[in-house]
Amino acid sequence: MSRVRVLVGTKKGAFICTADGKRQDWKIEGPFFGGWEIYHAKGSPVDPNRIYVSQSNGWFGQVMQRSDDGGKTWITPGSTEEERMTDFGFPGGESNKFVYEGDAGTHRWYDGTAHPWEFKRVWHLEPSLTDPDTVYAGVEDAALFVSRDGAKTWTELSGLRKHTTGQDWQPGAGGMCLHTILIDPTNHDRMYIAISAAGAFRTDDGGKTWKPINKGLVSGFMPKPEAEVGHCVHRIAFHPSNPDRLFMQKHWDIMRSDNAGDLWHEVSGNLPTDFGFPIDVHAHEPETIYVVPIKSDAEHYVPDAKLRVYRSRTGGNEWEALTNGLPQKDCYVNVLREAMCVDTLDDCGIYFGTTGGQVYCSPDGGDHWNAIGEHFPSVLSVEVQSFK
Amino acid sequence: MVRITLPHHLRQLAQVGTEVELDVAAPVSVSSILDALEARYPMLKGTIRDHVSHKRRAFLRFFACGEDVSLDSPDSALPDSIARGEEPFMVVGAIAGG
Repeated sequence: MSRVRVLVGTKKGAFICTADGKRQDWKIEGPFFGGWEIYHAKGSPVDPNRIYVSQSNGWFGQVMQRSDDGGKTWITPGSTEEERMTDFGFPGGESNKFVYEGDAGTHRWYDGTAHPWEFKRVWHLEPSLTDPDTVYAGVEDAALFVSRDGAKTWTELSGLRKHTTGQDWQPGAGGMCLHTILIDPTNHDRMYIAISAAGAFRTDDGGKTWKPINKGLVSGFMPKPEAEVGHCVHRIAFHPSNPDRLFMQKHWDIMRSDNAGDLWHEVSGNLPTDFGFPIDVHAHEPETIYVVPIKSDAEHYVPDAKLRVYRSRTGGNEWEALTNGLPQKDCYVNVLREAMCVDTLDDCGIYFGTTGGQVYCSPDGGDHWNAIGEHFPSVLSVEVQSFK
Repeated sequence: MVRITLPHHLRQLAQVGTEVELDVAAPVSVSSILDALEARYPMLKGTIRDHVSHKRRAFLRFFACGEDVSLDSPDSALPDSIARGEEPFMVVGAIAGG
């Protein structure tokens, strides 16, 4: 029997929500790591019982958690007696040790002055498509790290941060975070990442070198609106069957590229506003995409007090509001960039969580929505694992 | 035997009770206490002080015998009553609220 497992990260802990393939009746477990901010939790596509979690707060910094049994039990990798007795030869308890390679140098601060690179937290975890022990981490201040031992130790892929433009990157209001990591399923040497507010980058050599892919983006807040870097990219998504076709939710503007990011064009079309955070692609319809428009960069809540997901079946430009089951009055929530995902069951399920603590599921591609829960802490991330 | 009290979240992380007791080699200092604590509970590495620089995290403070020793040299010897376990060494988190 098909089923799904939804991993919800909130400002006060993680939750695991499970249901059968109908996705109507939900069992909610948690909070795990209560009181901590869970920026992201994601399972390995190779071994779904392997789940990685980024846990942090302002007092105690970063903690990594890993489950090898689908969320029943958790360890901080490398800290248990059993894990410390392995042959890797490293000291235990270094799963939260993120050290920039070499002289970290500086980037630009909000006021334009040079500011030292400082690790703050992990925003995004992207498990490898082929090895459950390999996982990538996108961190603040923006850098890409990789672990090849189940998150026990981390190494920076420093070619990104040491790109010639790195010293000119600046943070967005939420910090200078690397929040999007996409691995090309047809060519594992090709990856895409996005940074607020540096823009999008691509590697074609497994992370050694990186190329800004921001041509076609126009950001009115920048002194040079079409500059090579400096764009506040909020999210990028692709369909695994066509990883050269990218969809982007930028600070403002929905963008599309048909050539792996070499050139972008706008597909905001008839949306009520093109500001927002998440974007995702239907699991079986590569031209069907979803966004949640937000009123503006100054007012981070849905327009007209109505929570509406917008769907385009044409890869952009032509959008329809999806409202069945969602609050259509007195609603003032936001949906953050990590807080939308899709499952891969035959009837593709769409999921998202709000800053107001609601997590919704549509088991039919967006036509109807049901609340998995309406009283979670503020939701930071939502991921789903599909079991057929 | 040195007694160490930890804030709630670190107790949860290390899965310990209100107080931890550890053997710490003399001279007992903030550094030697944290070295022993992290060796016994490696999941606490990086949560109290930086992995590399050993700089105390900004929202934490250290108390010994009612005195704030956060700004003292981490290698300074702590009072004998801490070393003998008569008084706890306290790791205290900044209060959040409003």
